[in-house]
Amino acid sequence: MKGKVTAIFGATVSVDIKGLQLYDRVYVGQHRLTGEVVHLELDRTTIQVFEDTRGLAVGEPAEGAKAPLTVKLGPGLLGGIYDGLQRPLTKLEEQSGAFISIGKEIFPLDRQHSWTFKPQKSVGDSVAAGERFGQVMEGALCHPLYSASGGIIDQIIDGEFNLSEPVAVLRNGEQLLGWHAWAVRRPRPCRNKRPVERPLITGQRCIDFLFPLMKGGVAIIPGGFGTGKTVLEQTIAKFADADVVVYVGCGERGNEMAGLLSEFGELSDAEGRSLLERTIVVANTSNMPVAARESSIFTAVSMAEYYRDMGYDVLFLADSLSRWAEALREISSALEEMPGEEGYPTYLGSRLSSFIERAGVVETHDGQTGSLSMLLAVSPPGADFSEPVTQSCLRVAGAYYLLDTSLAHGRHFPAINWVQSYSLSGQKAAAYFQEKVDQRWLDMQHRCRDILQQEEALREVAEVVGMEGLQDRDRILMKAAEKIRRDFLCQNSFTEDAFSSPEQTFNKIASIVADYDQALSGLDETDRDADAGGAHASG
Amino acid sequence: MRLAEHRYRSISSIRGPLVFVERVFQARIGETVTLIAPDGKELDGEVLKIDGKQALIQVFGETHGLDLDKTSVTLHDSVKRVPLSKACLGRLFNGSFEPIDGAPMYIPESWGAVSGAPINPVARGYPSEVIETGISSIDGLNTLVKGQKLPIFSSAGLPAQELVTEILRNSRLPGEGAFAVVFIALGLTFHEFNFFQRILDQMSNQFVAFINLASEPVVERLLAPRLGLTVAEDLAFNHGMDVLVVVTDITNYCDALREVSTSREELPGRRGYPGYMYSDLASLYERAGRLLGRPGSVTMLPVLTMPEDDITHPIPDLTGYITEGQLVFSRELHQKGIFPPIDVLPSLSRLMQHGIGEQQTRGDHRQIANLLYQSYAKGRDLRKLEAVVGKEGLLKEDRVMLEMADSFEATFVHQGQERRDIGQTLDLGLQLLKQYGVYPE
Repeated sequence: MKGKVTAIFGATVSVDIKGLQLYDRVYVGQHRLTGEVVHLELDRTTIQVFEDTRGLAVGEPAEGAKAPLTVKLGPGLLGGIYDGLQRPLTKLEEQSGAFISIGKEIFPLDRQHSWTFKPQKSVGDSVAAGERFGQVMEGALCHPLYSASGGIIDQIIDGEFNLSEPVAVLRNGEQLLGWHAWAVRRPRPCRNKRPVERPLITGQRCIDFLFPLMKGGVAIIPGGFGTGKTVLEQTIAKFADADVVVYVGCGERGNEMAGLLSEFGELSDAEGRSLLERTIVVANTSNMPVAARESSIFTAVSMAEYYRDMGYDVLFLADSLSRWAEALREISSALEEMPGEEGYPTYLGSRLSSFIERAGVVETHDGQTGSLSMLLAVSPPGADFSEPVTQSCLRVAGAYYLLDTSLAHGRHFPAINWVQSYSLSGQKAAAYFQEKVDQRWLDMQHRCRDILQQEEALREVAEVVGMEGLQDRDRILMKAAEKIRRDFLCQNSFTEDAFSSPEQTFNKIASIVADYDQALSGLDETDRDADAGGAHASG
Repeated sequence: MRLAEHRYRSISSIRGPLVFVERVFQARIGETVTLIAPDGKELDGEVLKIDGKQALIQVFGETHGLDLDKTSVTLHDSVKRVPLSKACLGRLFNGSFEPIDGAPMYIPESWGAVSGAPINPVARGYPSEVIETGISSIDGLNTLVKGQKLPIFSSAGLPAQELVTEILRNSRLPGEGAFAVVFIALGLTFHEFNFFQRILDQMSNQFVAFINLASEPVVERLLAPRLGLTVAEDLAFNHGMDVLVVVTDITNYCDALREVSTSREELPGRRGYPGYMYSDLASLYERAGRLLGRPGSVTMLPVLTMPEDDITHPIPDLTGYITEGQLVFSRELHQKGIFPPIDVLPSLSRLMQHGIGEQQTRGDHRQIANLLYQSYAKGRDLRKLEAVVGKEGLLKEDRVMLEMADSFEATFVHQGQERRDIGQTLDLGLQLLKQYGVYPE
């Protein structure tokens, strides 16, 4: 399917190829820029190009790939750093230098790397489509391989192989490869979706204790600039108890990505593995092409689902979803679609919810349980949370961590506002923690909330009359609340304190509340003594 | 490839800086164009949009005197490129890269793309070396590091240009290395131009200046920062220099962007600014950076004016989302006669933590900065309380903190024309902390 470029407007290009399908991949121009079909009309086809079109001329060739944009899934994704089109950035640097050049297509997986395959089937066995036929070890992670089609095994490798050769051959001549391609925009199927049950331990006291995120749940983190979205996301990416972490830097700062890559490379987990070994990074910084930013979260979520389907707990972090929505807006306005609220296309809400619904706990095809949890940062313009992206996310997210500009200015980090944030799975998580950590978990949570709420009310009074003007009882409460805020809710991401286990979290709050109770009962005693003394004197 | 220039006399419409040409053969996006007006005036432009045989051209320069019949349009079959050479140092150019200092144009060694190419995130080096600006509230509390982008949020009537002057004059590397300043001025009034010209004449730092006056075409305002950044990248990554790019004023840039976007009949976003302003600003700001294992760096210090002192206005807001921190001016400090009027509380340098300490500046830098910040924040809080209960109603220790906040503003933040190196700044901070008994013995 070949044709020519007929019109160009920014990253939107029209071609005269016939017979294309919606979302087909198209190579545009002499440099073979990657694009995707977004509009089909009788006489022209509109392509969204994922690379810089500067220098492209009308009349240059275009070619349809007869397939949609895909991600390549197979062993070796972990530790990888990709752009929004799943081009491996390290290899891209080797080939074209420090600056990203256009028109490069590189196979995302390392085809030379040698893997040790342990077959679970032998020659003559029958294998069904989707059935597990063996495994490789990807770092410390067991990476099963599933058959792409059914039949009787004719040949199968036992031991070393690489991704350029088949792992097994069926009697009908079909080859089973170690990798496969998956259309980026299609959710990967599972046998069943299940309700969420267990909390994801993020190590952040404020989140785990007050607003827990469940494995398979979705939380959004809206916050103005400087409120610490990125630091919070990166800290959780480092320490959360997930098997695989997928981190998408979507339209954010390049230096931040550089910091993340060098830090993750140096840090290691409890077993001494480098953090990068369990992490996949997708980096599409703000100055990389906008359309690739739009596709980057789909690329990333497909890779996340791939590991979910092996029965792992996967944590997906995106920073930030607002940049993705803005990319959608730019594309939509280039296509001259009717704008909705604040210029965003009217399908923003449905596009967002169909993406967010890819999170969840699933029963995989071989009967295991995998989960995909999402933690999505949102950057509302002017820190105004009534804007469309925050509001659309709220309709589908199960937890909401509002980052407060005034807390951040007071250097209270993480700047999660404890009055306006919420989690819909507080009860479920509390039940889990009561069983695993301490029976008083829920009580303690109520006490903590209660103290913080009372402080809120007292603070207005204190601002007028000063601390001196308050009653002793209230002053003790203010002290306890301050201790909760300073020592419990605040957590320095750059020290040992960056991760707090549920036990540590519980002990910390329990000791603050116990101190408070003790101070109160001390006060009662002095009151009683004073009353008794008074009674004696009068008697 | 046509490999040939084509000349047309088939303009169908002219609207502001936009010209439509018909029956064009195989035009190229971003292709450079020369227009010759009936009176012989030559104008540059570039191809913005192509639909079949119709091309939309954006003209740099004043479109006065163009007509439909006699104006000729030449398409050059090449994309606009920037002439690069170390010979640009010490020179003044306008927004179209024409020398305005009287000397002839130099002979370029190579040519670079105007909009550059994004740095591959894996090739980026994490910024961790200091650039000394000579300003205490920056060097001490919001340290600027090589490869960072740290904007100044000013407001109308505040002395942003004066601070820029101080930085142009005083910034330098604490250690060894070649250093240069690229100064990009957008929408300058003639009065301001005069002022800067005098400063540039006396500069001891090496510099290149791109000056776009308020009376010059708005489209050049969009071009000038890109030219300047391409030059900066060349000096940094091909000649190994540490380059500080000072851009003033981004607000003029954004207004130009809005103006051009409206004339292209694009859909307006917040406050009339185009919806892609975030990506557009990022295409400038993100060009700051360092490369792993290579000398040289591009550091950016953009200045913007917050309309109506509103930090949630799209220009400061989008900038804040891209840059690594911000330096915020305060009208209150300015009224107290403090220069530079940088309010350190809302100011922030995100990359400071890796740039300071034993190896880079001084072992006690972090502690001094934290203590100063905390005590000043406390003092500022107490001012609110003082307004309610009066000075007498305060505890003695609180009164000390109040005094400290005043003296911090008067001696540490305020420095007039004085240049302080980082050591002097830290000594000054230390002295303040000890004087008020805040420094742990």
